[in-house]
Amino acid sequence: MDNKGKQLLNGDEAVAAAAFDAGITLGTGYPGTPSTEILEEFERLGGHAQWAPNEKVALEVGIGVAIAGGRTVVTMKHVGLNVAADPLFTVALMDIPGALVIVSADDPGMSSSQNEQDNRRYAVAAGVVMLEPSDAQEAYEFTLRAIEIAECWHLPVMLRLTTRVCHSKTLVMREGVSVPQSRVPEYVRNVSRRSMIPANARPAHKKLRESLAQIAQWNERSGPTEVIAGSGTLGIITSGISYQHVREAAPEASVLKIGMTHPLPMETIERFAATVDRCIAIEEGDPYLYEAIRTAGIEVEDKPSMYRFGELNIQRVRRIIAGDCSTEAKPVPGKPPALCPGCPHRTVFTSLKALNCIVSGDIGCYGLGVLPPFEAIDISVCMGASIGVGLGLRHALAEPEAKRVISVIGDGTFFHSGLTGIAEMVYNPPKTGHVVLLLDNGTTAMTGMQEHPGTGRTLDHHKTGKILIEEVIKSMGIKNVHIVDATRDPAAFEGLIQSSLDKSELSVIINRRPCLLAVKSIKEYEKCNEQNN
Amino acid sequence: MNKITNIVVAGLGGQGVLKASDIIADVAFLAGFDVKKSETHGMSQRGGSVSSDIRFGEHVFSPMVPDGEADFLVVLTADQVEVNAAALSSCGVLVEPSQVDETKLGNKKSINVALLGTLSRHLKFSDEQWIEAIKRNLPEALHATNIEAFHTAKNAGVTS
Ligand SMILES: Cc1ncc(C[n+]2csc(CCOP(=O)(O)OP(=O)(O)O)c2C)c(N)n1
Ligand code: SF4
Repeated sequence: MDNKGKQLLNGDEAVAAAAFDAGITLGTGYPGTPSTEILEEFERLGGHAQWAPNEKVALEVGIGVAIAGGRTVVTMKHVGLNVAADPLFTVALMDIPGALVIVSADDPGMSSSQNEQDNRRYAVAAGVVMLEPSDAQEAYEFTLRAIEIAECWHLPVMLRLTTRVCHSKTLVMREGVSVPQSRVPEYVRNVSRRSMIPANARPAHKKLRESLAQIAQWNERSGPTEVIAGSGTLGIITSGISYQHVREAAPEASVLKIGMTHPLPMETIERFAATVDRCIAIEEGDPYLYEAIRTAGIEVEDKPSMYRFGELNIQRVRRIIAGDCSTEAKPVPGKPPALCPGCPHRTVFTSLKALNCIVSGDIGCYGLGVLPPFEAIDISVCMGASIGVGLGLRHALAEPEAKRVISVIGDGTFFHSGLTGIAEMVYNPPKTGHVVLLLDNGTTAMTGMQEHPGTGRTLDHHKTGKILIEEVIKSMGIKNVHIVDATRDPAAFEGLIQSSLDKSELSVIINRRPCLLAVKSIKEYEKCNEQNN
Repeated sequence: MNKITNIVVAGLGGQGVLKASDIIADVAFLAGFDVKKSETHGMSQRGGSVSSDIRFGEHVFSPMVPDGEADFLVVLTADQVEVNAAALSSCGVLVEPSQVDETKLGNKKSINVALLGTLSRHLKFSDEQWIEAIKRNLPEALHATNIEAFHTAKNAGVTS
């Protein structure tokens, strides 16, 4: 045995390696577990990567790169694609000569997400080609194939990863995998295929459906499909990480592993199903393969509904095959995560609890304010929702309760999708006013201390334009803007919150104190940037 | 025969679970095995429970160790033993901090690597391979303390 020429990489690192080897012009995206390491690693390898303020902007930048004939990977977690869905559905109709590879990192089992949406549905809904690797080697290869397919068909390609592919290290051989030759970007005008007014979009939609039909044919002949010949008694149709569990849970089974899961190679599936006595679709999350295969009139079994929730593993696959629906052993609960000792968010939640506020929360480390000992957050939906939801509560509740409502949002989340909430607040102020508490800890802490437009540093921590939160908020028309540090003076902080709630005016209170885990690095980056000035 | 060795490393965020598992995966890699390593580290920085699975052999498919099939369970802190006990097979070996004399460690933070010293007594990798893997996964400034921690635990009289 020998591992010469191989590396041990996780799925994210493998995508980054492929992006680097393919000479990707620009990597862009927005941090989100489990996708964050792709761009960080790509940058570390020497590629050019940027964090966008949010996923929609990242995808739009990526569209521009690909229209110019360049290559780009646009990375995000599954919920990020919701934010980027608007450009996604229309770029699918366009002719883009470069390579636009959209990486969606899904999180079945919600290891660190607010839902477990299955983004294979997006590929179908938007009409986008999708590849699904099952380990790091395939993450490497499929990224390169995605670039090839994108450039061949002039269409965007989605690479769907899941947490276990992103965060599992497996052997990767980069040598011997053909890397598509890159071209120098240049602008070629093609207005009818790039400016999606109705007159252009109507024929473009027809063209997209034709292309997808052709790609489905290509997938039948040359797609990344694998057939493992087995006993013929049991046949399993699968994709992604589920394939790995299947091979171990049922070594005797015949297996059809689909690499391109949209558009599906339905004739291949039909032929496979005909060779086995019992055919079952084993997939994590939604019954995506099952529904598509049944709709095509092919006999296939779905997994019992209880296995739709959470990740699959070897045991669960064994149970699916056995049709075992008995209650699964509950894991012993581990220690839940908590705000770090000395975290600047701590005092804030102690105060909000003491003041009996109705807290419309947001997504970030401060989301841990939901858990004991604080239990200070009432509601959290998605990034940026704290402000809109807080305003809605204020509009609907009677005055005494309305005046207890406060929106709590982080600095990273503010730039991602809080600005429009502030616009709404100025434009449609509730009668009782509103109070927004902006927790400025100087970083995107939750996902691992990434920079954002308010830090004044790029993805690789170099100096760049810096947006001052307080200036933006003032210029948007908020008169009561306070900058405080609750940790330094909790009593004054509590007093300010109470007096702001009592007024029927709009207030934004910025709690400014750096994240304890980031403070040392922030000082180093700043020192380094000063020296380079 | 394709015998797979299953190892689970567990502890709390910040204790070096992922580093320890990286080193084990790397030593198996250096020895020429097919190896897969998986981890859940979404919230690991905030001190919650973290665990990581390493599997190696001639050919490995799933990166996750099935419950009750771990040959070794390495736990970095006593209070996480119970949480992870279900991972261990009935004839599996538990490696835990009580098997290492912490007072003999240059730096208590090296407990993760020290426990690898204890684990190494049960595995057929050479010292050179372990040292190489430790060096590849830690910054140079930490090499000496950690290599010493590894040897101290490996050569300790305490057996498991
Ligand atoms: C649409 C979307 N993109 C990305 C994420 C991943 N994510 C979770 S919290 C967070 C940002 C947290 O930053 P900030 O608001 O500054 O709070 P902090 O963690 O620093 O307290 C991100 C990017 C997400 N949940 N949703
Ligand atoms: S990482 Fe920073 S923001 Fe997050 S809990 Fe720790 S100190 Fe607080």
